[in-house]
This record gives sequence, structure tokens and C-alpha cells, in this order.
Amino acid sequence: MLRRRAQAAGASQNITDGSVPDSGDGKEKSYEANVTESKQDSSPTKRSRKLGSSTRWKCIDSFCWFNGWICTVALALLLLSKILPNSLPGYVTEVITGPLPDPPGVKLAKAGLRAFHPVVFVPGIVTGGLELWEGRSCADGLFRKRLWGGTFGEVYRRPSCWAEHMTLDNETGLDPEGIRVRAVTGLVAADYFAPGYFVWAVVIESLAKIGYDEKSMYMAAYDWRLSFQNTEVRDKTLSRLKSTIEMLKQTNQGRKVVVLPHSMGALYFLHFLKWVEAPLPMGGGGGPDWVSKHIKATMNIAGPLLGVPKALPGLLSAEAKDIAVARSIAPELLDSALFVLHTQRTVMSISRTWDATMSMIPRGGETIWGAFDKSPDDGFNCSVNRLECDEKKSCQPDMTDLSTGQEPPLDGKSTSHYGRLISFGKEASKMSDLALFNKRIKGDRVSPIKANSSCGDWIEYDELDRDELRAAVEGKVFTAEAAVDLLRFVAPQMMQKADANWAYGIADDLDNPKYQHHKYWSNPLETKLPNAPDMEVYCLYGVGILTERSYIYKMSALNDTCSIPVQIDTSAEDKENCLDGGAYFAEGDETVPTLSAGLMCAQGWRGKTRFNPSQSPTFIREYKHAPPANILEGRGTMSAGHVDIMGNYALIEDILRVAAGASGHDIGGDRIYSDLLKWAEQIPLKL
Amino acid sequence: MMLRRRKQQGSASAASEPVKPEADSHHSSTNERTTKTDINGLQEDKKTASLVPAQKPQRPLKKWGCMHTCCWLIGCLWIMWWTVLVLYNTLPSLPQYVTEAITGPLPDPPGMKLAKEGLQAHHPVVFVPGIVTGGLELWQGRPCADGLFRKRLWGGTFGEVYRRPLCWLEHMRLDNETGLDPPGIKVRPVSGLVAADYFAPGYFVWAVLIENLARLGYEEKSMHMAAYDWRLSFQNTEVRDKTLSRLKSTIELLVQTNDNRKVVVIPHSMGALYFLHFMKWVEAPPPMGGGGGSGWVARHIKAIMNIGGPFLGVPKAFAGIFSAEGKDIAIARQAVAPGVMDTELFGLQTLQHIMHVTRTWDATMSMFPKGGEVIWGDLDTSPEDGFDCSLKKERAEEISVCESQELNEKQLDLSGKPQTHYGRMVSFGKEAAEMESSKIVRKTLKDFNRGNLPVRANVSCGEVWTEYHEMRWEGVEAVVEGKIYTAETMLDLLRFLAPRMMERADSNWGYGVADDLDNPKYQHYKYWSNPLETKLPDAPEMEVYCMYGVGMLTERSYIYKPSSNNDTCYIPFRINASAEGSSEGCLKSGVYFVDGDETVPALSAGFMCSKGWRGKTRFNPSNVASYTREYDHAPPLTLLEGRGTQSGSHVDIMGNFALIEDILRVAAGATGEELGGDRIYSDLLKWSERIQIEL
Repeated sequence: MLRRRAQAAGASQNITDGSVPDSGDGKEKSYEANVTESKQDSSPTKRSRKLGSSTRWKCIDSFCWFNGWICTVALALLLLSKILPNSLPGYVTEVITGPLPDPPGVKLAKAGLRAFHPVVFVPGIVTGGLELWEGRSCADGLFRKRLWGGTFGEVYRRPSCWAEHMTLDNETGLDPEGIRVRAVTGLVAADYFAPGYFVWAVVIESLAKIGYDEKSMYMAAYDWRLSFQNTEVRDKTLSRLKSTIEMLKQTNQGRKVVVLPHSMGALYFLHFLKWVEAPLPMGGGGGPDWVSKHIKATMNIAGPLLGVPKALPGLLSAEAKDIAVARSIAPELLDSALFVLHTQRTVMSISRTWDATMSMIPRGGETIWGAFDKSPDDGFNCSVNRLECDEKKSCQPDMTDLSTGQEPPLDGKSTSHYGRLISFGKEASKMSDLALFNKRIKGDRVSPIKANSSCGDWIEYDELDRDELRAAVEGKVFTAEAAVDLLRFVAPQMMQKADANWAYGIADDLDNPKYQHHKYWSNPLETKLPNAPDMEVYCLYGVGILTERSYIYKMSALNDTCSIPVQIDTSAEDKENCLDGGAYFAEGDETVPTLSAGLMCAQGWRGKTRFNPSQSPTFIREYKHAPPANILEGRGTMSAGHVDIMGNYALIEDILRVAAGASGHDIGGDRIYSDLLKWAEQIPLKL
Repeated sequence: MMLRRRKQQGSASAASEPVKPEADSHHSSTNERTTKTDINGLQEDKKTASLVPAQKPQRPLKKWGCMHTCCWLIGCLWIMWWTVLVLYNTLPSLPQYVTEAITGPLPDPPGMKLAKEGLQAHHPVVFVPGIVTGGLELWQGRPCADGLFRKRLWGGTFGEVYRRPLCWLEHMRLDNETGLDPPGIKVRPVSGLVAADYFAPGYFVWAVLIENLARLGYEEKSMHMAAYDWRLSFQNTEVRDKTLSRLKSTIELLVQTNDNRKVVVIPHSMGALYFLHFMKWVEAPPPMGGGGGSGWVARHIKAIMNIGGPFLGVPKAFAGIFSAEGKDIAIARQAVAPGVMDTELFGLQTLQHIMHVTRTWDATMSMFPKGGEVIWGDLDTSPEDGFDCSLKKERAEEISVCESQELNEKQLDLSGKPQTHYGRMVSFGKEAAEMESSKIVRKTLKDFNRGNLPVRANVSCGEVWTEYHEMRWEGVEAVVEGKIYTAETMLDLLRFLAPRMMERADSNWGYGVADDLDNPKYQHYKYWSNPLETKLPDAPEMEVYCMYGVGMLTERSYIYKPSSNNDTCYIPFRINASAEGSSEGCLKSGVYFVDGDETVPALSAGFMCSKGWRGKTRFNPSNVASYTREYDHAPPLTLLEGRGTQSGSHVDIMGNFALIEDILRVAAGATGEELGGDRIYSDLLKWSERIQIEL
């Protein structure tokens, strides 16, 4: 920048040089010489003073000038954007991409749709805002400011203070003494997660176009860190939701409510459905027909009804694929003591106090997620562009008859064993020798060691002997069931809390009185749907994005006692078999595998089953992913990503139609692009 | 971009004279040439840059220098701003530290103090905000409001008022006939605590109270902001938004989720009337009411703590509707910039726009003075007669507005001072305001039949139509000749001037005193917000508090003059801001003042609690306990205190520590007796005694 300006100045100097008299020219020349060599000087004092001022100009003033220039330009641009009509960005986009389709709200409003059923949003994990109501002295001035969501400004400004306030009590799973962090309420709780990053905003705006306002919309915000029952214990959130739904029905001419849970909200609302009809004090005392009287439809958007495999590495080693891949990109930086010790330990110590993270551990064990040798979605073909496949119907994966338990043909391509959710070592993930796997980890340990206080934030790995861990896991593979046992082994305290709040199994006998306990309420395989034959259940989710399904682990190379001893082996690559960066991929929406989002609607609840005794109709609506055509489209109107799907026009249109009174059949019944039905056939779920 | 263009210019001109630099270097000495060839481009650039100051006298460079200086200056300011900002953020306790250094240690905020005493959250709390303070946001609008979906039109920064004023006015306006949204526009109240915690950034309304309650352990589980669209008539908030139903449901939920503890309701300003309306609505049978049945209030409400509630209305509302001006505008026109304010731009556009918009808001008419001459006084007497505003003023602000030496020159009454006729709500001319009533010659409006008068110009005034335009000049003259209007005749005057508006007003509000409260007509909702035409609900255990500031001069009656502008589009009446006097009423700029909180006279805020509802009366048949708590105004000592912790003014009282302490104690379970019962600084009891009302 400086150079450019100087060139310009130099150029103009050249212009003037011609017109000035010779004396001035000579003076200038000598001045130049003075700058470079300080050899020729006729009047040293004067020159040096000049020189001094000019050097000062060089440094600070150039900096000031540069800043000023940037500011001026920024202000000018800002002014320009304010003056120009609001439609300009839209206009530019239209010039480039051709006319845009009407947003679904406008389109359906033109088609005559009007607000009918009141709508309740149930946000998922992470997307809801949290604000401070009472804190330690380090958080002075943050009263009712967002700690989570918004700009996250405080994370950078006072990170340790922020971490302290986001942590929950390890024993109770509630607030620590003297700290109160509460969910933001109202539509603002989850319309935007961060400025410009919409979650519900597009859906809300579309609904408003056909006449919805706050009289007929409600955001059921809750503290997504707590276990579902604790949201009632601490904040009365379930009671408030019950009362609000009753009021919505009453103030909207007795019309039933359409509920839109997103992500973990689907589990939360399942829990609510059981809670509201259960008798006091554990339940809400609404009576056996509350749901059928108040709920018209539950439209689960990307609900991880059977859990997500991603939850396992999150709990085991505080990493997701993204972090693991980042580590492989910059191994020195991320493996450095600083990062591993501080960030990852902190993340682990905080997130493990959040009971809700354990709600998403895969449920249904080997029946759903597959055993050592086979899993329902084995043979999934991820090596070609599947979007084209679906259209041409020419490149179906080379399916063998997996139901017989046969190994795939020996043509050099071995299928991935998705059922092995966690394998220590790439070889283990492919081995076919079943004898190795029969020994399972039991939850008991040999010798708990004292916590090492020098490592900063306490995590449960500090109490685990490394050699014992190595002996227990190395070379082994873990299915969905065994992975839970593994977690019980490495983190007994955490899993004690988890087992008090969540269940991961499949019920043998749903009438067993033990299933009246609230810990089973959010597991669709251990509860019945309420007695509401008119209620429609939708599973709406995206497909066409590779989604993490199982992981290859290794023992951490660091011998440091403070590090987390296991990590994803990002060097494991096998593109042929969907293995990339230490994770096997399957069909899904980038976070939730299709199996988890769709199976209940396709099989578990389809027709009259023991999980759905009153035969509530279910509908599956899949949305095929298409990335945004260009940058101007932002996050795309056809995206199927876990959160971006909230801006998918087709999804919004379906929601609007149902909210305006349509039934599942009116909007076209099932629409399935994936192989979900084929997979469902192979799952031996007792119905 | 600008820079690049300039560079191109520079290089272009350099290219047009390519020989010059060459020649230049030939002239220079040998050793310089060698250095010049040795150094790289960057150094050369730096060198030439350093030469810029030396080239000042030449023209092209001078232009450069200006740009330089500008950029440099902006950059400097920018950097300084950021440095200060960073410093400010890194030293969070600095402002407080500075304040403490100047004023000595601050007292603990009441929340902290009471938390130390061991007070805990007990009763759930409901806030009912007043007029104007609640935010409104856009849900559906015309094309001119594109991109404002769910953005605040009212409250917050008011950015849109400046950016697209006409569009903003169009969206804030309600339908003239229905009092609801115009077709195609949906403006809705913001919900949640954010609706009225701050009115504008930095201007708190409920925020201080919320923060102090939070220190006792309150959170959103036990606090609720009953936000409503304050432009609508109270019953219409239910018709359009179901606001009353939602409030009922929320209060039931609060009681249920807080171990069946009753709710403490805290209405502010017009919220007090809104909640009166709610209490009648909730027990009335559907469809007009909420169907809660008698006993609902007794089961759910522990106390109503009205803050600055204008139970009997505010005289300011007359001035606002009559000529769209408050005292502030009138003074601004007279004293500050008479030329500017009377120009077309302000006089015609602004005031008429304001009048046009506010007249569509039914709620503004809820605050007309109620109770007529019984409460507000007639031509000769009024309850506040004899109020000594100069003493009050001295005690409160140590600034004497009314010069005492002038008193001697004036006509004096028995108490040694010229008498103010507060009952004359609006007088045309100072003489009319001061004369004995027997001497006044005036015509009554009944002499004119409005219908017979030809309609005054109304087309040429464009969009800014007010009902004045339908009136002939003779009508205006008749109004002026009427000379004096009391609270009752003022209503007649408005009915004469703005019949359509008053038609809506009369269908939504009652302004009288009931003769027989058991008359079935009082079951209509229009009477529900007038405490003189309803009974308090049957809830003997409930407590009613009237909490308000005193010690500030509050507008009570006005001196008007016909507008000097003969333009037919002009609002024909103006407050006579040149009328100054020294009578008891402290006449200043055409306005007489009494004791109050700057907006609501003490009589309006306190009369019901000190007399109308005190003990078992016909307005309070179940003998609900009532308490009057006054807060004497003390201005902030220093600028650093902001709006003060002892303020008694209408909105700033929400930050008054004594008031907050009272509220916190009641919320934590105390009764009115435990607070200390009544605390009265003004002459309220004396005034109440003078009011002849059947109890």
C-alpha cells in the first residue's frame, strides 16, 4: 500500500520536475542524496530537521494514513450500501444466476395458504443461546449477556472465566454454586446462532409470510446442556412448554399444534411426549389423551432418533472429524503440548459435565448399528458421485447378500464394517477373525490412581492407568454396545450420570414397569408413542452428504501423562471403502446417518408396532443435497446439511403446507432417495 | 479503489513524459546515480515518499497533501478510538473506580444489600410496561420496509425514523376506523424481558429492577414481561394478539411452577390502567372476558405495585391530542428556535404527522383526565389550590423558577398569592386563566352546530390529514371564544373538534364517575380501566400499592392561543408559550404546574390509594389493603451517576433505590405494613379531603 502511494507521489513528482527551475531541482537532488548517503550537505541543520520530520512521517503517519484510508473506504462503502436499494444484492444475484425462485413463503402465500395450526419450534443441541444470570466476579457486567451464541465475544476476552461459567456441576449435572446460566427465551433464542448464521430465521420468516406471528409461534428454548428431566427440575421448562401448547391451542381457535423439533430437539420432544402424560410428580400429569388433544404433527428435522456415532469420539477423546483432520494438516501445532493439554482437556472437562451430550450415544446396540461382521448399511458406495447414481440408476453398489453373514467376494474390495464403531488400528477394522472380538470390556478397573493435579482441568483419564488402558483396547474393535462399555471403562463417573439419565438399549417388554422411569423416555426403542392415532410423525432429513459412521483409533503417541491417551488415527485412508481421515463414512446429512434419522419412521413406528401401538401415521421426507451454485447463494436453498437444511426451500414448503393444514398424504407421503428401506429390511427389530 | 485510480493517473502522466525521469537522473552526480541503481524499488518508493512534504507549494501535490491530511486525521482518530476502547474493555471496573474516587463509595445496590440480609426470591413477578416504553417490531410491511422483518420500528436505535421517515410513519399508523393494523401491515410488540428492559441503548426502563431481582435469585422462570401493543385499546390487544389470554395463562403457569406462590404484579405508567382492565377482564365471563370466574384474582395475585400509575389520567394527554405538543415542544418553539419551529418543515410537517399518527392510537385516549370536575376541579376551585410550587422547587432542585419579588406586584388572594385556577384545564389567554369566573364572558360550544358548517379545506394538505381540516374557521373561532375548558368540557371540546376520534375513544374508554356501580352497563369493557367506574375484584388478601415520585413540577393546565398561521393545513391552536407568571401554579411557557413526577400529577397517581380505595368503599367493596408510597425527587449529584438513584421522575424512578428496595421486599414476601405503610411527602391527603366523592 505504501509503495503504491509512493509510486503515485513519485510519478507526480516527475511531472512537476519538468516545470520547476533548476535550482529547485538541484536542491531536491541533494536532498535525495542526503537521504541515502548523507554525503553532500550544504546546510546540515536544516536538512537534518527536514529529514527527521520525514522519517516520522514514514512510520506512524503512514500507519495513520493507511488506517484512515481503510476507514474512509469502508465508510463510503457502508454509506453506498445503505443508500442503494435493499434489492441490490438480489439484483446482482439475479443477473448472474437468472431469476431466483420465489421463497416458499411468498410462493405459498400466493397460492392462498394461510396460517392455520400454531407452530412450536424445539431447537437442538448447541444452537440455542445461553445467557448469564448470576456469576463470579470475573464475569461482572455480563448480566443477561449471551455466553453461548451471538458473537462469542467473551470466549476470546476472558476464556477461563467463560469456561468456568459454562461448566456444570460434575455430580448433579446442574449449575455450580453461585453460577446461573440460563437459556435465552423467545424466538431470538435460536433464530440466528451467530450473526448471519441462521438456524430458524428462514423458517420463521417463511411462516410469517403466510400470516404467522408470535401469537401462533413459540420457540421452546431449553438449556441444552442439561439432561432433559433436569430442565424441568431446574427451570420448569417442560411445564412451561405444556402450558404454552395449551395456550396456543386455546388462543388459536382450538387448533392443534404442529411441533418442529430440530436435531436433539427431536429427542427432547419425545421425552416431553412421555413426560406430559405421565402422572405427577415425575411427569406432567396431563392425562392419557393430552397428546392426541393438543398435537397435530411432530415434524422431526434431522432428528438423531437412534443417536449419532459422532458422539462417541466426542466423549472418548474430545474430537470430531474436523479436529482430527486439522491435526493431520498441522501435526506440529496441534500435537504440541499447548493445544492438546489446554484446549482439548478443557473441551473434554467442560463437555463431559453436560449430560445432554450423552443423549446422543448410538442406541439400539448391535441390532441397529451392526455387529462385528455385518451392519445394515454395509456396502454403501461412496466412491462415486452418488447424486448422479441416483438419477442414472446405473451404479448401484455391488451388494452381496449380507443377510447370510457372508464375507464380501474376494475381488480385492473388502466392504467396510460399519458395525465396528470404534476400531483400534486399521487392521482391526477389517479383520474377519471373529474369535478376537468375543472378549468384552467389563466396567471394573484394577487400580484407580490418584488424580494428577498438575495437568490443569481434571478429566477422568487422569485416574486411569495407561498400561491398563492399552491392554484393554489395543487391537480390539467395539460395536455400538461395546463402545458404551468402553466409555464405562474409561469414564465411570460420567457414565454413571449417563446411565441415570439415558438408556441405549432396546426394550424386550415395553409394559415392564421399569420403563416408566424418565431415563427411557427419549429412547424411541424403549418407549411407546403416545396414544394419539391422529398425530402424524414426520422424519425430515437431508441425504447425499458423507456422514461419519465409524472410527479408527490409536493410542496417543505422546507419553505425557497429561494428554488424552487415545485419538483418532487420521492416517488411516482407504477411499475405496469410504475411509477418510480415520473415519468411515456412510449416507446422511453430515452429522446424523440416514439410519438414525429415518429408521423409526420407516420401520420402528411404521404401522401398528409395539413402539407405536395406536398406529400414528409416519412419513419420511428426504431432501437430496445440492451444494449452493455460487457464493451469492450463501448456504444454499437446496442444502441438506444438518443445520443448513433449515434453509432448504423444499423442506420449508413441506413445513408450511402441514402448518397450513395439509396432511402427510397431501404433501406426497414418503419421499426416499437413500437405501433406507433396504437397510431397514436387514434390521431384525422385533416390532 | 480510489488509490488505484490515482496511481493509474500518476503512471499515465509519467508515461506521457517518459523522458523526464531519465533526464533527471542524468543531471545528478555520479555517486548518486550508482546508489540509485543499487537500491531496489521499495527503497526508491520510500525516498520519493519522504520528499512529499518538501514539494508542498506545487499544485498537484497540494491536492495530495489535503487527501493525506484527511486520511491521516481519520486514521489517527480511528486508532485513538480503538486504543481507548481497548483500554476501557481491559479495565472493566474503571468507570466505577472513577466514580468512587469522586463521590466516595457508592451504596450497595438494593439487590445486593437485601441478598446479604438473606432475602430470597419468593413470589413470581410480572412486569406490565407503560405506553411508549415497549418495543414494537415489524412482521409484515409494505415494499418500502423490505429487510426490516422482525426489526424494531419502535425502541432500540430508531434508525429507520431517520432513514425512511415516511415509510416509518406509514407502518406506525393504525387504521382510523378499526384502531387495528392497516391492511398489509403487521407491527407487533416485542416479547420477553427485552421488550422493555431498555427503551434505547443505555436508556434503562426495567433493566435495573430486573438486575436487582436477579440478585435475589429471580430468573425467567419467575419473571415475566407482559408486553403488549401499547398503541391499541386494551380490549383490542386481546382481539388481535390474545395478549390478555396469554397474560392469564402465564400468571397461572407462574403460580403453578413456583410452588403455588401468588404473583406480584408491577405495572408502570399506563400499565397500571392495563392491569386494572386485565383484572376485570379475567373474571368476566366469555366472550368479552377471560372466564376466570370470581376469585381468580384472589387466587393468583398477591400484590399490585403500581409505579407512577396515571389512574385518573394525565393533563398532558389533552395537550398531546389537542395540538400534538407537550411542554417540551412548546418551550423549544418559544425559547430555543422560534424561527425554526414555526417554519413549514417543523410546524406543518412534523407536528401534523405526529398528530395524524398519534390520533390513530386508541391508547393515547386512555389517559385523558378521568372523573371530570369532581376530581380535577371546576372553574373556581380545584383540590390542589394553594400549592406552593416555589417552595417545592427550592426544596427539590434549589433553583427558584418563580421569582418571589414578582409576587408582590400581582393581585393576591387571601393566602397572599395570586390564585391559580387549576381546574381550568385549557384557557385561551392568560387573562381567562386568572380572571374570576363571574367576570368571564364566554360562549359555549352548544351555540355552534358543527354539522351546519361547510367543510374546511382538506384535499390540499396531502397525506397529513387531521380532523381540523374538516372544520371551518368559524369553528376555530368558536373554540377560542369558549375561553375556558375544564376536564369535562374539554372532552366536549374534543368531541366537537374531532368527532370521529372521540367516537372511537368513547367506545373504548369511560371518563366519568359512576353513580351506581351495580348498573349493568358497567359490565362493558370500556369502563374496566377507569378506577372510578369499576370495583376492585373480590380479593381481600390482595394489596394495592401506589408508588410514585413527587417533588417535580408536573403539567396541570395550559394556556392556549389560536395559531398565528392562517394556512389551512395548519394546526389551529398552540400552547401560548409566552405566557409567564408567578402565581402559585408557577406559570411558565403557558403551562401551570403542580406536584408530581413530571408526567403524572400526584393527585392522579395517589388519590385512589389514599382515598378511593382506602378501606371499604364502593370502589373497593372487599376492603383490599392499599398503600401510598411516595419517593421524593433528588437529582443526581454528578454526571457520573447517570439518571440518579434517587430520582422521582416518571421513568427514571425505575432506577430509584428506595423504590426497588420496596419492590424487592414485597416480592420476597413482605406485606405493606412491614414496609412501613404509607409514606407521603406531598399534600395529597389535604387534596384528597377536598374532593367531594361518594365512597
